[in-house]
Amino acid sequence: MYTQGLDQKEQSSDKRDALESAADLEAFQKRIDAEQKIEAKDWMPAAYRRTLVRQISQHAHSEIIGMQPEGNWLTRAPTLKRKAILLAKVQDEAGHGLYLYGAGETLGTSRDEMIADLLSGKAKYSSIFNYPTLTWADMGAIGWLVDGAAIMNQIPLCRCSYGPYARAMVRICKEESFHQRQGFDIMRELCRGTDEQKAMAQDALNRWWWPSIMMFGPSDKDSKHSAQSMAWKIKRFSNDELRQKFIDVTVPQADFLGLRVPDDDLAFDDETGHYRFGAIDWSELNDVIAGNGPCNKQRIAKRRKAHDDGAWVREAAIAYGEKHATKAAA
Amino acid sequence: MTHKEWPLYEVFIRSKAGLSHRHAGSIHAADDQMALDAARDTYTRRSEGISLWVVRSSEIVASDPAETSAFFEPAEDKIYRHPTFYEIPDGVENL
Amino acid sequence: MTKDETLLAYVLRLGDNALILGQRMIEVVTTYPELEEELANANLALDYIGQARLFYTYAGKLEGKNRGEDALAFLRDGGEFRNLLLLEQPNGHFGDMMARQVLFESFYLLQLEALEQCDDSQLAEIAVRAAKEIRYHLRHGAQWLVRLGDGTDTSHARVQQSITDYWQYTGEMFVADNVDQAFAEFFAGPDLEAIHQQWQVNVAAILDEATLTMPGDEWMASGGKRGRHSEHLGYLIAEMQFLQRAYPGANW
Repeated sequence: MYTQGLDQKEQSSDKRDALESAADLEAFQKRIDAEQKIEAKDWMPAAYRRTLVRQISQHAHSEIIGMQPEGNWLTRAPTLKRKAILLAKVQDEAGHGLYLYGAGETLGTSRDEMIADLLSGKAKYSSIFNYPTLTWADMGAIGWLVDGAAIMNQIPLCRCSYGPYARAMVRICKEESFHQRQGFDIMRELCRGTDEQKAMAQDALNRWWWPSIMMFGPSDKDSKHSAQSMAWKIKRFSNDELRQKFIDVTVPQADFLGLRVPDDDLAFDDETGHYRFGAIDWSELNDVIAGNGPCNKQRIAKRRKAHDDGAWVREAAIAYGEKHATKAAA
Repeated sequence: MTHKEWPLYEVFIRSKAGLSHRHAGSIHAADDQMALDAARDTYTRRSEGISLWVVRSSEIVASDPAETSAFFEPAEDKIYRHPTFYEIPDGVENL
Repeated sequence: MTKDETLLAYVLRLGDNALILGQRMIEVVTTYPELEEELANANLALDYIGQARLFYTYAGKLEGKNRGEDALAFLRDGGEFRNLLLLEQPNGHFGDMMARQVLFESFYLLQLEALEQCDDSQLAEIAVRAAKEIRYHLRHGAQWLVRLGDGTDTSHARVQQSITDYWQYTGEMFVADNVDQAFAEFFAGPDLEAIHQQWQVNVAAILDEATLTMPGDEWMASGGKRGRHSEHLGYLIAEMQFLQRAYPGANW
């Protein structure tokens, strides 16, 4: 799971940036333009490195925090099969976080540093995970819509110019291919079920539709750093392009389920071949990003508690490892 | 209390008998046995492997990208090392 | 007890053990001390859910009342569950969970290895598969117990306490009741006395490496195998069965 909307706030440029020669920068851009992959030890502009560390770590944090809303229904999954599938999916998210932290570490920032930024509130993660999961149908809606949106973002990242990130994304996309399907499958079963179940599915769509649409980030005209990321081939499609693609693919799926997309302005435009959709309420997203979402505090508090509660275990393992490494050497 | 991160290990997987181990990614572990378990639990959840190697990342000696040209380009003009350099006369098979 | 009743009761118990422990492990997903351990424990919990499904599906067939895995998991009340008391205990901290895991799985693996040789071929087949999984679990859990026992003073004290606290729940595993006895007779099932002796040896070796002390003979709790549970099980069941109970007859 991931959102493109993360990659927004470029820090003020580093002093080192000024020391980079025009020739180096030009040679670097040439490599990028020639679709050559950049590897961990290659020379790269400081701003490229910073952008990647920020984007990769935020992506990793999103996977880790993203385990919580779904983890919330693991103990209450309605059948053993659904329980196993959901657990496998939540575990995949842990794995994806792990792969991504690993890719981030190749850039010289340790996983501990990245996690410290998450726990202190300095680093962001996808705002979608600050919404609560209130019913079982939310497991369906998250898989179908949130993972669906994530896949749109992630597939182009498999071709990202930074090798370790691209390779992590290839593995992630391969594993994630079942996530959206299992979500849709949950929705489908609910929509074939009792009236109560169908109402549950509709309610979930009502709550998750707009946040999912906003996962693609601000409109292109407001997205300042997209241009640089596109030039560096970290990003390959604009936010609006991906959003449109997602809507075009998803609306017919909602029709198939017999659910109503909560947008009165939604209509298929025969001329363009795309769906027109209503105005997005960005003030809501900005509120959530600013920390005022329904679950922001809860999500971070839970992560922080797990981290603190586990400290004695991590220390014990280190102590044991050192003791026995010394014994082996002696 | 001193704060220490578990060391980083690189993970290599043999996907089936007859193939070499291939780099899959990395994990953190406090000792070698834990590293093997973590590699198994992280990288072989979908039957990706039948054998694992783990090695501390700090133990890997790597060539320097700055020396790429000195290291690798001298091999480029030794084209006579490749079979395609040689012409096979008509009438000769299976050379 | 007839032969058929014996087999059904025995298989259901195996399913209940797997499900209740699996459910406990799932409760703590997202809160493990490190990311690698999060993945490990999800694998272990998935194994248990998978085993529960195999045992329940087989039990449903044996019973012949058209109850599948979900009816057995979600539509029986607490008193009908026959899991060991040890497995329904609340999770506590990471050391508690590793201690519970090692104490139970040291028994469970021996039980499964004996079942591989039992006279019911379908159960033997499930046991072969489950034993493979539990062998890895035990390797993983025992390593952790050793790390915590032989780690820092804090971790040593904590995990020693875990072992001491759980010890009273281990006796129940080895007391052969009428189901165990009938199963041994009809199906050449496990000899719990022999398993107890081997368990003592195996657990002593792990505790020794972990620099932990094995608790002495003390009073042992029992009741799980005949449906007399602790107060904890009711909440676990209520949470687990919520959707099936709130929306009777619905498909999911």
